[in-house]
Amino acid sequence: MRAAGGVLLVLMVFVAVAAPWLAPNPPDQQFDTYLYAPPTPFHWTSFSSLRLINRLERRFEVREQAVPVRWFGAGHFVSSADANAPLLLLGADSYGRDIFARLVYGGRASLGISVLATLITMIVGAAIGGIAGYAGGAVDEVLSRFSDFVLVLPSIYVVLALRAVMPLVLPPAQVFALLVGIFALVSWPVVARGVRGIIASEREREYVTAGLAAGAGPMRLLAVHLMPAARGYLLTQATLLLPAFILAEATLSYVGLGFPTSVPTWGTMLSDASNVALVGEAPWMLAPAAAIFLVVLAVNLVVQGRGRSPIQFDVDGRRS
Amino acid sequence: MIRFLLRRLAFALLLVIAVSSSALLLTRLAPGDLTTELGPRARAEDIARARERFDLNRSPVGQLGGWALRAARFDFGDSFLYDRPVSGLIRRAAGNTAVLAITALAVATFVGIPLGIITGSRRGGMAALIRGVSLLCLSIPPLLTSLLLVFLASRTGWLPAGGMTSVEAVDAGWSAWLLDVMRHLPLPALALALPLAATFERLQAQAMTETIHQPFVTAALARGVTWRQLLIDHAWRASLRSMCAVYGLAIGALLSGSFVVEYVTAWPGLGRLMYEALRARDVYLVAGCAAMGGVFLAIGSVVADLLLFAADPRVREATAE
Repeated sequence: MRAAGGVLLVLMVFVAVAAPWLAPNPPDQQFDTYLYAPPTPFHWTSFSSLRLINRLERRFEVREQAVPVRWFGAGHFVSSADANAPLLLLGADSYGRDIFARLVYGGRASLGISVLATLITMIVGAAIGGIAGYAGGAVDEVLSRFSDFVLVLPSIYVVLALRAVMPLVLPPAQVFALLVGIFALVSWPVVARGVRGIIASEREREYVTAGLAAGAGPMRLLAVHLMPAARGYLLTQATLLLPAFILAEATLSYVGLGFPTSVPTWGTMLSDASNVALVGEAPWMLAPAAAIFLVVLAVNLVVQGRGRSPIQFDVDGRRS
Repeated sequence: MIRFLLRRLAFALLLVIAVSSSALLLTRLAPGDLTTELGPRARAEDIARARERFDLNRSPVGQLGGWALRAARFDFGDSFLYDRPVSGLIRRAAGNTAVLAITALAVATFVGIPLGIITGSRRGGMAALIRGVSLLCLSIPPLLTSLLLVFLASRTGWLPAGGMTSVEAVDAGWSAWLLDVMRHLPLPALALALPLAATFERLQAQAMTETIHQPFVTAALARGVTWRQLLIDHAWRASLRSMCAVYGLAIGALLSGSFVVEYVTAWPGLGRLMYEALRARDVYLVAGCAAMGGVFLAIGSVVADLLLFAADPRVREATAE
């Protein structure tokens, strides 16, 4: 189970990295006659192209003539040999854009944000938690009270509030940086709290005294000798934060506080699918939901495979 | 016990004050204010009047102080967006959220806990199946469950796909209104309950497995207690301690989840109101929503403490001393 989850995760990352090669079409190319087109029937060596027959009812018919598929051609993994008949593996969205292409490109933004935010959260949380655990005293007290307070709050509201008070319309690069910053800001106390506990108990051990006697400074002791004790905890936290951040991006973009809809991310794609009437007729627009589900499932499999529940609580009942 | 409760209540009050004041300050210090809602062609005197009415001419700290003084007398100011007192708006929205959250919590409890007892104490196909389904549900967060259920509802027409009432039911009598709400409730409640039920199942199973490997269970078995009685009266009761802690956190999960579910299914609750208020920079409505959210959180943590009190005699003794 654990291996399956790991493979799935690696696969998702590969897909995101290799997006330009995997996607048959550019993510923002609009095929005007293919609005809400269903997925094209695919037969490995060829595919049946679709033709719009009623724009109002969004009805398509399958053309008789099959279009050959080109494997590994023109810098793409798979693409259509006929420029006039696009290969739409997962259909098209409300602008006639290739959903498959947007999905794999969207993985770059969604995974990129969550990986970067997780990394920053880990580093900041470990640093502050480590210092508090090592120094003890007033620093420790302030940090612990603060993180207790943050832990009580439902984080999505904090994220929402922080994002909503910023200017709503920003260029995509700034949105990316802003979201990473907000996510890290909201979640570092969780990490810091756990690391603090581990370091505080670890520093009572004899090897720390030995290190001090050997002339190691506090920074060296903390970074080289004490931090490895928190490795397991940090790893677990990372696997929990990753899907949480993906979801946070999706939620924000869904409610219109994330990326502008022109940028493909899983969140903006979902918000495109939010029209109730259309989703009933065009279920392929829910493809990003499947992608998010797969990431969360993969992470749950990895964590569960370690014989522990994906959600853990320590005795005080705080989420650890 | 009394002192313990008082301490918790003091913490709760502190939480509400901290959350609402920081929400107010955050909204106030954000770029732009509620007058942008008036549009680019608003007259200068309208803008000035709105600024005056919502204390935007005062310093942020002065505004916060004035608001806090009035809030102490339960006057939470007016909403710019709705042009009405905040308290009435919040009461309605909070009620709707409470209905949704309590229903979801009840469903999750009555589904998740028994299933957790089964999977935690048994091996075999049945338990493996439940575990698999639970893991699957755990991987579908409320955003996805609500989207999926809305999709199913719009496809099949079994349930209304969104909202809390239909247009036709507005003028009907209260019984028709209630029936209408009951028809709208299952979809958002289920969207919220599914991931929570899976969480409860997993945690109960974990707690159960840990408990039945303890010596007192073997001892009871040796005394001739039947397996069924052992599971419920002995093992489950002992596992309740860790579950109580989970309930205290469930309220936070319910609030977070309910924002998403309310947004997707157009349920007129607190999360949706907070979102609207934030976007419009409607200062007093934001502060009011945050205060109400804080109250919910406080209620959740106090209830969890009381549950723990009821479930674990050791805690009772520890706080009595």
